[in-house]
Amino acid sequence: MSVVPISYYLVLSAVLFGLGIVAFVVKRNIITIFMAIELMLNAVNLAFVAFARAHNQLDGLVFVFFVIVVAAAESAVGLAIIITVYQNRQTLNIERINLLKF
Amino acid sequence: MFILDHLWIIIALPLLGAAINGLLGKNFSKTIVNSVGIGSIALAFLSYAEAVREFAQLSADQIPWVKTYFTWITAGQFRVNFSLQVDQLTIVMLGVVTFVSLLVHIYSTGYMAHEEGYYRFFSYLNLFVFFMLTLVLAANVVLMFVGWEGVGLCSYLLIGFWFLKQSAISAGKKAFITTRIGDFGFTVGILLLFWTFKSVDFGTIFKQLVSGSPDAAVPTGVLTTICLLLFTGAIGKSAQLPLYVWLPDAMEGPTPVSALIHAATMVTAGVYMVARMNPLFSRAPVAMFVVALIGALTAFFAATIGLVQTDIKKVLAYSTVSQLGYMFLGLGVGAYASGVFHLMTHAFFKGLLFLAAGSVIHAMGGDQEMPHMGGLRSKIPITFWTMFIATLAITGIPGFAGFFSKDEILDAAFSGPLHSTGLWLLALIGAGLTSFYMFRLIFLTFFGEPRYDEHKVHVHESPHNMTVPLIILAIFSTVGGWVAAPHLVGGTDYFEKFLHPVFAIYAPASAEGSAEALETPGMILLHALTGWPVLIALAGLLVAWWFYVKSPETPKKLADSLRAPYTLLLHKYYVDELYNAAIIQPLLWISTNVLWHVVDETVIDGTVNGVARVARESGSELREIQSGNARSYATWVVIGAVGVTVLMIGLWGMVR
Repeated sequence: MSVVPISYYLVLSAVLFGLGIVAFVVKRNIITIFMAIELMLNAVNLAFVAFARAHNQLDGLVFVFFVIVVAAAESAVGLAIIITVYQNRQTLNIERINLLKF
Repeated sequence: MFILDHLWIIIALPLLGAAINGLLGKNFSKTIVNSVGIGSIALAFLSYAEAVREFAQLSADQIPWVKTYFTWITAGQFRVNFSLQVDQLTIVMLGVVTFVSLLVHIYSTGYMAHEEGYYRFFSYLNLFVFFMLTLVLAANVVLMFVGWEGVGLCSYLLIGFWFLKQSAISAGKKAFITTRIGDFGFTVGILLLFWTFKSVDFGTIFKQLVSGSPDAAVPTGVLTTICLLLFTGAIGKSAQLPLYVWLPDAMEGPTPVSALIHAATMVTAGVYMVARMNPLFSRAPVAMFVVALIGALTAFFAATIGLVQTDIKKVLAYSTVSQLGYMFLGLGVGAYASGVFHLMTHAFFKGLLFLAAGSVIHAMGGDQEMPHMGGLRSKIPITFWTMFIATLAITGIPGFAGFFSKDEILDAAFSGPLHSTGLWLLALIGAGLTSFYMFRLIFLTFFGEPRYDEHKVHVHESPHNMTVPLIILAIFSTVGGWVAAPHLVGGTDYFEKFLHPVFAIYAPASAEGSAEALETPGMILLHALTGWPVLIALAGLLVAWWFYVKSPETPKKLADSLRAPYTLLLHKYYVDELYNAAIIQPLLWISTNVLWHVVDETVIDGTVNGVARVARESGSELREIQSGNARSYATWVVIGAVGVTVLMIGLWGMVR
């Protein structure tokens, strides 16, 4: 059984991250944008895991756990905010949530 | 040795008085203000008397008596102690200051009785005495300078005491700024003194002068520079040519102030300083000559202006400038004791003249113009008689204080180390002019027909608290001279004998020898010369009598026939106008057109406003970024992240 080279993982991670960025910038629904952020986080996780495996070190894995924990917390807070926004504005279109400006 | 061990008590008392009256006096009744103001000075005077008693018990090698209380400044080699010193010169000055200020304080309770800010006046006056005593007692130049500047401050405050009067404010500022010019020289002199001797203590400096080995001796050029710089300070403070212009204007202040500060004490600080620095000056003949020359010229020049003034206080002001000139002439020709002696007698008779003039002004209801007076002799007899005695004293009529002191100076000018007939002649003519303008004042004020409206002006003698100081000073103006009566009139020169150690300890060896040599021919000359000043004083009296009593139309005729010189004198040689045109106007022009419009408005305001404008305009551009559109923020975040990544990759590549 041949080992998959690390570059494959990195390319996949970069593609996922890039998709995340595009979705983050282009999409209008807040939940979609939120998912884009999660996608980026997990793309980074993938890169960490790949490096950890390639270098045979545990540091990357530890980092991944941290990222997952932070992401979970962030999701909880973020979703709470989204619900509140929706209750107040009856919309999740980010272009209409633009009151905070100069 | 209580007071000598605690010399600070003498200066602390007036400071305490000033603090109590100044901080709390607003709610005090006049009685409390009086008792605090006069009490503090009276206690200082008593402490002084005790100090004299203890001083008399000191042996010669304990003098100068120096007490160091604490170290005030240390910075490297530069070390200034708060140390006070007593020697014979200090004793004389302390006596003059405490005595005259005590009398002036008492007088002021009458003169200032109806003034607003009564407590303020006494607070300032006490503060002045504090600084003056600091100046006199200081054992180093820096502490002396503190007193020096402090009396200048009090002078400013008291000249501008009636601060609602524009002329008083201007006069105060003029006095302060003009003396500041001299003080600049003084400060540089102190720095040079420290640089040369690595010390600011009088004793240390003087000892170096005496004991220094010949190759370590300070070059005469340096000494001359130091002396001239210090003398610049004296020129400003003691109102000598060319910085005398502030003193006549200083008459805007209340009359007791003129008597105490601008006649008896502060203006003599310069004389005291030069006398204190005598070991330096004695080794700098050029500086000595400058001192003598400035003194003689001022004595003559100011006397000529005094001839035509009509304001009673202005006459006395120019007279003060002139008399200070005599003191410097005495110092300049090496007769330090005579200079200091004239300082003392002058404090008595000029203080008296001013206080008496104040009494006249009081009687006239505030009018100072002599042409409005006349015939006051019988109405205010005490004022008249005391002022008359003071006039006899200042003009040098034999028997009165000024006779001894002024003649000593004239004699020293003639026979002293400079042997200058020119200086002597200037001073002699000045003495004649002095006699003329003083008797002119007396005749115009007290003799002839009243020229005021007798229904409007109710002339009355001053109350006792004003006349008693006049009488006491009159006594001292009479007998004060006898302590130094030269052998000529059958007396012993106690004064010179008393002061001798101050001027002899550190005297240069060569000068001492020549002074001895001059003693004998000097004595012979003294007999011949004493006649001249007396004759010329009597001549001045006669002319004044002729002009203002016998034929009052003569001065007018004379003024008409000598139109040009008369106008010149009346306008004080246009010195104020000259200074205005040569210094003040250019300074104003530069200040307005360069410093204000260019430096301040363009450069400084431009820079400050420019910085503000950059911030404001860049801010108004940058705030466009905060559009409220979250997706544009996201884009910025991405651009930023990409930017940072590219930068890091680039840097990493460079490091590698």
